[in-house]
Formats: sequence, structure tokens, C-alpha cells
Amino acid sequence: MNVRLYVWQRATAALMVPLVAIHIAVIFYATRQGLSAADILSRTRGSIAWAAYYGLFVAAVSIHAAIGVRNVLAEWSPLPERYAGRLALFFGLLLAALGARAVAAVVL
Amino acid sequence: MPETSNELSVSLWRGGAEGRYETYRVPRRDSQTVLDVVTYVQRHIDPTLSYRFACRVGMCGSCAMTVNGRPRWTCRTHVAKVAGSSGRLEIGPLENLPVIKDLATDMAPFFDKWREAKGAFAPSRTRADDIPRIRPDSPARIAADAAIECINCGVCYAACDTVRWNTDYLGPAALNRAWTLVNDERDAGNAARLGAVAASGGCHACHSHQSCQEHCPLALNPTASIAGLKRRTAAAYLKGELKP
Repeated sequence: MNVRLYVWQRATAALMVPLVAIHIAVIFYATRQGLSAADILSRTRGSIAWAAYYGLFVAAVSIHAAIGVRNVLAEWSPLPERYAGRLALFFGLLLAALGARAVAAVVL
Repeated sequence: MPETSNELSVSLWRGGAEGRYETYRVPRRDSQTVLDVVTYVQRHIDPTLSYRFACRVGMCGSCAMTVNGRPRWTCRTHVAKVAGSSGRLEIGPLENLPVIKDLATDMAPFFDKWREAKGAFAPSRTRADDIPRIRPDSPARIAADAAIECINCGVCYAACDTVRWNTDYLGPAALNRAWTLVNDERDAGNAARLGAVAASGGCHACHSHQSCQEHCPLALNPTASIAGLKRRTAAAYLKGELKP
């Protein structure tokens, strides 16, 4: 890991601290209030705020996890570092695509 | 073999990378060090035994070996501390370095990385200039002094998990040295040094397991030095002074 990847991984970790806390608070609120799927979708559909919040969350997770997976592959697998980087990039793009699809499903 | 209270059962690594442990019986003495034990075997039992030492007083850093599974400086390690009541010692070459023969490792990779980390002082003045005044209580000098007493024994390098996993990793000793120079106001080589330690295999590869701190015979804390390098390089990167 070089300094660029280090800064990105630490910055996305710092960003995720409040995002995870809010996410967990939302889960508790939704379950304790007994909100149905329809109730939740009525709040999230068309909401720019929820789209921005979970869009940012997905971006941070994709970058953070991909850098972590790259390090694990580079240290623990026989793959050369550049192949570990390519596999991790693919993993990050996959996370971003799946996350974006989930966000689109609740806000569009 | 039956154990007696005045005798040690000492297993020594013999051969190169594909060697094996061979057991010797060595008289137990008061205030005996592990280096004394190895020397006894060479002088009285098998003169072909290879090992390395020089000063015998903990200054030169040349006698480090693996003693009962832990890297240690053998000249300052008392047998009474490591052999216990069983009187058993297993002494091998340092881990993470190529074995030349028996207990002697090739330290070249260790010192090559010292050089890769720009561990040499880069003077900023000539002999015609005045000697710079460095305040001993300045934060930079305090940081440098905390890490400066390294004797290059290689114990931290042998103890480091990251060195074991990642052959490109510069290792705790080289990075600790770089940290002392980063904090040396007289040094002029920090642009190249920060670039070297911020690259792949540099300070950011450290997992902060702190084995280096745990095993350092001089109680230095290379993990703290590496953390300092992480902060310093991250700041330089964010200011645009580093291009990885």
C-alpha cells in the first residue's frame, strides 16, 4: 500500500463512521416504529437527501473495501501486486454497481 | 537424555536453509549468557559451528539469534532468563533472513532496505559552515532521540509479521532510521526519503502489530516511528508534495 491508497482508505473510513451510525439509527427507527416496506418507500422515493446519503455510503464502502481486499490479496495470495490491484478494482466496481442498483431501487 | 541441574541441553541449528537442529550438552554456569553457550560449543565441542558476534556487551548488534522461538541479542540474554528449570535451549538463526550457515544469516537484505529507505544522512552544510545549534528540547529532536539508539541487530526485522508476508516491506529498523532523519534539522534529504517510505512496501504496509517494539532489546518503539512517518507522508501527499 502506498500513501495514496492509505489516505483514501483512512478518509473513507472516517467518512463511514457517521454514515454507519446514522444507518444503524435508521434501522432501529424503522423496526421499532413497525414501518412496512411501503412506508419506507414512500419516504425514500424521490428523496434527493436519501439518494445522496446512501449514494455517498456506497461510494465510500466500494473504495474502502476494494483497497482492503487489494492488501489482503497482495499479502496473502501468490498474485503479483498489479494483478491484486486489478482484482480489487473489479471487486470495488462490483460493489459500486450492486450498491447503486440498491439505492436506485429505493429512491427512484 | 536425563537432565542435571548443572548441565544444559542445547539444540543448535546446523547447516543452511535445509539444515536441522543438533543437540549438545553444555555445562551450566552462573551469569552465563546465550552467547557464552554458543561459544562453548564452538570452542570445546565442534569448531565448525558458525555464528557471528563482536563486542559481547550489547553495542555492535551482530549476535542476534532465535532463542527458544524469540529473536534476542544473545550477548545480553542470560541463560537463567530463557532456559528455565528444564535447562533446554533451542538456538537458531534469525527469521526472515537467508541462512548462510548454522547461526549466521546474510544481513544484506536488511541493510539494502536501510539504503532504500534513504537511511543515510544527507548533509545540508559544508565543513566551512558553522555547526548548527540544535535544541535538545525541541519536539523534532525529542522524536529523533527516542528512536536514535538502534544498533542494527535485526531483531525487529526477524520478529516482524509484515516482513514475513511481504518481501518488499522495508521493515521496522530501516523505517525507524528514516524517522530519525526526518526529524534531524541538519538533514537535507527528506524529499527523497519521504518518497521512498511512502511507496509500496514503505511505512503504510505496517500493520502495527508492534512485534518490533515487543522484541527490541533496547526498548525502542519502531511502531511509533512508523506511525510518525505515516502522518508525515500523508500530510505531504495532501499538500501535493508527494507524487506516489
